[in-house]
This record gives sequence, structure tokens and C-alpha cells, in this order.
Amino acid sequence: MNKEAATDLLNPESTEQPETKNGISRIYALPLIGFAFIAVAFAIGLTLNPRDIPSVLIGEKVPEFNLPAVQGRTLGLSDTDLKGEVSLVNVFASWCTACRAEHPLLMNLAKQNIVPVHGLNYKDKPDDAQQWLDSLGDPYTRTGADIDGRVAIDWGVYGVPETFIVDKEGRIAYKQIGAITQKILDEKILPFIRKLQDRSDQ
Amino acid sequence: MKKIIISVLSLFILTSSIAGAVEPSEMLDDPVLEQRAREISKGLRCLVCQNQSIDESNAGLAKDLRILVRERLTAGDSDQQAIDFIVARYGDFVLLNPPFKLATLALWLGPFGIAGAAGLAYFNFIRRRSKDTRAVPVLSHEEEARFEKIIDKI
Repeated sequence: MNKEAATDLLNPESTEQPETKNGISRIYALPLIGFAFIAVAFAIGLTLNPRDIPSVLIGEKVPEFNLPAVQGRTLGLSDTDLKGEVSLVNVFASWCTACRAEHPLLMNLAKQNIVPVHGLNYKDKPDDAQQWLDSLGDPYTRTGADIDGRVAIDWGVYGVPETFIVDKEGRIAYKQIGAITQKILDEKILPFIRKLQDRSDQ
Repeated sequence: MKKIIISVLSLFILTSSIAGAVEPSEMLDDPVLEQRAREISKGLRCLVCQNQSIDESNAGLAKDLRILVRERLTAGDSDQQAIDFIVARYGDFVLLNPPFKLATLALWLGPFGIAGAAGLAYFNFIRRRSKDTRAVPVLSHEEEARFEKIIDKI
């Protein structure tokens, strides 16, 4: 021990830390506060699903496209068909099992005549798509056969199934990633559709 | 002989993994364009296998986007235009290098901010220590000797 340290022992009021009325300097709180912010941000981030990538096309007009109908159907799908009324565009494929899971819900929805449901057939073989709709039933008012998937890329599609709500002005209003469930339908999609429909009537 | 065979085999295996998932049929004839396409692809995230670039990923969408990038370049787009084309459809998340803009400021500057704050605090701490100018009382020789004796016992 040296004299300075001994002096400190003898003088209890003096400390080596910067003095403030309350004791330790507040500047030490800075890294701690910064860490707290980051910790909160990470905690929130951990609850988010990285596979749910929000669409950057919300509010944008639907991309220009013009697709022929799926084999065996008559009405094709283009961007001009999506103006004038609120509609749903469902991206599906016969090779997609989750699409099969949501299919009964789409059939049900189509029967209720609340909103037209159009189908964007993603990277499917014409025979397979036709067979799929013939055997399971066809909920779609119009279908578009996107054989090479390019139109889907313009919509920002990165998986199947995905479902878009398009408003009366032909703008993308909402994107659902993954299969629709009854819960999502009741809590998110149908209320939003009704809101868009009411809004346009004013 | 065995060593030569092993080293040649290793060379093949290593270089093939660097080649990524690009198939010969996708490759452009113009090597300059092809090289640009490869570089751009390495910076675009495959949204299906999210920790891979579209250059590495075997996913169908990755292949489609690789071909799309090549088409844009062949059509005359600059690197930035081709990238902007993809970002316009999929958003900033498709970029493996997050862009430097207001929304990502916290991401880019955060670590430096924390390090800076910590450095400041430490610097402050050191500065105050060396500023310690409390006078050490002067002791006579006798007092000094007594002092040393007491201190040695501690």
C-alpha cells in the first residue's frame, strides 16, 4: 500500500470516482442504456417470423400483366380485370400442399359471394393444374396461368400460397403469406375487405 | 502419387462449391455480363433459403431471379438498375448488405455508438484518476518510520 491509498483510507469523504451529489457519475449509465435499447430491440426481433416478409407493394397499383386462363377454364386474368371492385388474388399451385389445405376455405369463401376470388397459378403444368381444379373444385372467378412465374415475381411472390387483397382502384391493399385459416379470414381478411368495399361506395 | 490425386480432387471440390448453384445453361455468353451477374447475385438474398444468396441457393425462385438479373443486364441495365428492379418487388430485405438509410441508421451506427459511449466513460474515468491532486501530508522522518511499520502490517 502507498501513501496516497492510505490517505484515502484516512479521508473517508474522498473517493477515486468522479464525484456527483448522488455518487457515481451518470456517464457510466450510457453504455448500459444503449445496451438496454438493443436488448429490447432484439427481444422484439426474436418474436418476429423472418419468413413473413412484408410486401413493399402495399398501396401500389397491381403490376401490368395479361395471363391466359388455366387449361380447361375460359376466363383469363389481367391487371385490367382487377379494377372496379375489391377482389382477392390467390397464388396457388397443384404441387403445393399448403394450397390444398386452404382450398376448402377458398371454396367456402367463393360460395358466400362476398368478393371475387381470382387464382394466379404459379409455375404449374397445364395438365396438373386442370386436374387439380377439376378434382378438388374451382373457387376462382378468373384464373391466370403463370407458367414461368414471372408475373408472380412482379407481385413480389416468394412462395405459395400467398393471397392479395386488391382494392377498387386496382391497388394491392394487403398480402397474406402462407395458407389462409378461418381465424385469419375472420379476424383480418374479411374485415379488411368489408372496409375497402364500404370505403369505395362513399 | 496419392498426394497428387488428393490435392487435385480437393481442388475440384473446392472450386465447385465456389461456383455456386449457377447451371451452365443459365450462364451468359458475354463473360463481362456474366461476371456482373454473379457479383450482383451474391448480394441478393434467396428469400426461400434466407441465409444464402441467390447465387448459392438451389431454390427455384433463386434460379428464376438469377435468370432475371441476367436478362436485365443483357437488356442494358446498369448493376444498380438491375438491383433496384429486384428491390422494387421484394424490398430491402432481399439485399444481403443492408442499405445505409434512415431506417437502418440504428443498425449501422449502433455498435459504434455503444463503443463510443463506453470509450467516453472509460476515458472520463481515467482522466479523473490522474487529476487526483490531493496533497499527501508531509511526515517527519520519525513519523515516516512509524507509518511504514503500521502499513507493513496491513
